[in-house]
Amino acid sequence: MPIPASQELQEKIVFMKGITKSFPGVLANDAIDFSIYKSEIHALLGENGAGKSTLMKILYGFYGADSGEIIYEGKPVKINSPQDALRLRIGMVFQDLNLIPAMTVTENIALFLTDLPFIYKRQEIRDRILDLSIRYQLEIDPKALVSDLSIGQQQKVEILKLLMSKARILILDEPTRVLAPHEVKALFKILKRLRDDGFAIVMITHKMKEVMACAERITVLRRGQVTGNLIRSDATESKLISLMFGKQIPNLEIIEDISREFTDTPLLELVEVSTVGEGATTSLSKISLKIRSKEIVGVAGVSGNGQKELGDLVLGMIQPVLGKMFLGSQDLSKLSIRELRRRGLAFIPEHPLAMALVSYMSNLENFTLTRTKSYERNFGLKMDWEKAGVDLQECLKALGFEFPIYAPSKTLSGGNLQRLVIARELSHQPNLIVASYPTQGLDVQSTLAARKALLSARDMGSGIFLISEDLEEIFMMSDRIIVLYQGKIAGSFKPSQTDIYEVGHLMTGSEVFYVE
Amino acid sequence: MSNKPKKPSKFKENIKNIFLYLSRYLIMIVIVLVIFGLILVISGKNPLQSYHDIFAYTFGGWYGFSEVIVSMTPLLLTALAVAIPSRLGLINVGGEGQLYIGASFATWGALTFSNLPAWALIPLMILLGILGGALWAFLPGLFRSLGYVNETISTLLLNSIAPKIVAFLVFGFWHSPMDTNKTANFVAQARLPKLFNSRIDISFVIALLLLAAYWYIMRYSRWGLEMRAIGGNSQAAKRNGIPLSKYWIIMMCVGGAIAGLAGMAQVSGYFGVLLVNFSRGYGFMGFLISWLSFGDPIGILITTFIVSVVMTGGNLLQLTSGIPYAAVNILLALTLFVVLSRPVIFKRKTA
Repeated sequence: MPIPASQELQEKIVFMKGITKSFPGVLANDAIDFSIYKSEIHALLGENGAGKSTLMKILYGFYGADSGEIIYEGKPVKINSPQDALRLRIGMVFQDLNLIPAMTVTENIALFLTDLPFIYKRQEIRDRILDLSIRYQLEIDPKALVSDLSIGQQQKVEILKLLMSKARILILDEPTRVLAPHEVKALFKILKRLRDDGFAIVMITHKMKEVMACAERITVLRRGQVTGNLIRSDATESKLISLMFGKQIPNLEIIEDISREFTDTPLLELVEVSTVGEGATTSLSKISLKIRSKEIVGVAGVSGNGQKELGDLVLGMIQPVLGKMFLGSQDLSKLSIRELRRRGLAFIPEHPLAMALVSYMSNLENFTLTRTKSYERNFGLKMDWEKAGVDLQECLKALGFEFPIYAPSKTLSGGNLQRLVIARELSHQPNLIVASYPTQGLDVQSTLAARKALLSARDMGSGIFLISEDLEEIFMMSDRIIVLYQGKIAGSFKPSQTDIYEVGHLMTGSEVFYVE
Repeated sequence: MSNKPKKPSKFKENIKNIFLYLSRYLIMIVIVLVIFGLILVISGKNPLQSYHDIFAYTFGGWYGFSEVIVSMTPLLLTALAVAIPSRLGLINVGGEGQLYIGASFATWGALTFSNLPAWALIPLMILLGILGGALWAFLPGLFRSLGYVNETISTLLLNSIAPKIVAFLVFGFWHSPMDTNKTANFVAQARLPKLFNSRIDISFVIALLLLAAYWYIMRYSRWGLEMRAIGGNSQAAKRNGIPLSKYWIIMMCVGGAIAGLAGMAQVSGYFGVLLVNFSRGYGFMGFLISWLSFGDPIGILITTFIVSVVMTGGNLLQLTSGIPYAAVNILLALTLFVVLSRPVIFKRKTA
């Protein structure tokens, strides 16, 4: 790991001084000082809701700070919009990539160029893209449609976009969230190459391993404040963890000592089920699988390879065109969603706000939505909010979560939305749980609580579908792992029979090879 | 509608909110009056005199005020017909068509069973009106839930068919010996009872009751909760096991039924006869009112009242000051314009 010879000699490009930003009810950034130097990979580390993204969005002109100033090359500047930021050669890649799927790579990049002439020379732009992509190993066909690219490739396009617009400070918001392990390694190589050429890279992350693998300077945020600013050689994992969380936290490893016996009759059985995807959705093809009581089946796959559709299929949101599905001995496709819910199907979807919650309703109202009938009084003319409130409080207490139950859900942070959904879905003892990315966006403690809740649901007899991109989570929790690639089951293993690399390669459809 | 079950309420805050709420409407009225005043000045009329006339007429005496209420009745109902489906994210533009079909069903009852006593005939006509409106809304609701056609388009298109069906029925079968464009006058038993020695009829009371029921159900009942969930996020509601298609179809029919009731009330209460093209765009005006007030029951009541004052007062101006009816339309358009721009004027905090 190359460490810059002397920190003091390095050229400071940006100094964010005393940045404060509050949102209703939250102080997202509290007098933060943050510096970016030339030629460095700077990790901005912190748990969810620590204020990392907010700070960087202020630098990128996406938000305005309440107070504080930004000093750019020694001069105070005002950055009121992303255009201003780009003029200062600051660029950002957001968590959700922002490319237009129906356009080619060249067109997407051309759209982003501020100095694009009215009639632009496509070939010239293409050549520039090729030059850059060869130089930084961002191999991409400029003529390819973005909709044909994998998430990893799209991320490369996003980085190319910034390079083309002459940015020299690159901010990457959770860049590894959607990548398979070997893609992460490739990305880090690219970042180091860029660093060597003088680029400054800010990587927002909450993953300790990545920080240790590629950052030279680490700034740790906790609850909107800087709790630490250290260089790589001074950092250890336990030190970073204590800076992130302020206290020692329990290990995430969940050790199991009992080997469990499974019954032969499955809770849920899919027999050669195929669906036809519409629009941007993936078609599933010939999916056969069983899930038994007290069993966790981990579904690994890069997002967009059919996980969402698999969850929706089990829930009855989409109907199979071929194949059969059984819940116990009953044909599942004949049951309504409400009936499935009543029989104890719980569903933790990947996007809580889009797929599980109504944003303008209160948390308590959202809590009741899956079981409205059990809280009705006077034949539906009234709802028993007191009982619902007690139930919700109990769930939160059992899981160790905490948020106001009467506040509208739209005021919750992403992590708390996820907590609300988990609390709702795991209450009332479900017997089949479809959990998509259940710990996405959660801090370490809540992740642990959610995993424990899933395991205890399993011990009570639930069968669990665990859909996740976090391979460690899948390996830790699952009794069986299946890998989804382009709507097909690309592999099915016991965790002990395989490793992260094999699964990672099946996830991305590539040949198995080991990078280092 | 804000919905916070069991939230500890603060009395002072509530008073302040109510005051803000009313003062907003007041400011909007003032803005409209000033702009329209300018138009009156340009056309050589005295705005103060005109306003005096309007207010003296509508608020100065029982007759004028009762006329405002008479004109409010169909608007309240058609606004509800739009507001109820809108809670589920359905856009019912078809109030006008549903109103016509409801009126024609009720008319059939009035003409066919004219020797029934009032206590039997009027409920029958109400049922028929409801049935007609609901039928006219059922198809768009069904097609929407099957995913075929967007209900905005289908209800809008059905609007231009309904009056022609009514015309066909009147011209072909129901017209009176004297006129070709209307039926014979309804018998007394087929007329809605009048209240307070005025032209206000019992349908105004029904409209108020429906408005109150709408408020209560949306706010407190399980159905209201589920409907708000559908309106807020239909995908999430569906995944949570709320039967989306069922609600879509049923609530579309409920909306149509109320519009049909408005049609029934027009022919049975207001006209006492079915005229070809009898509606003065009540369905469309109800649509505007519902969206202007964001489906909020109190908002519907206030907006309907304002629109009715404008319409009633405008009719008067036409008679007394020789101001053309087009000017009334300008006044109405100005009202709608100002109400619509209220987010800009007031920077509303909640939707």
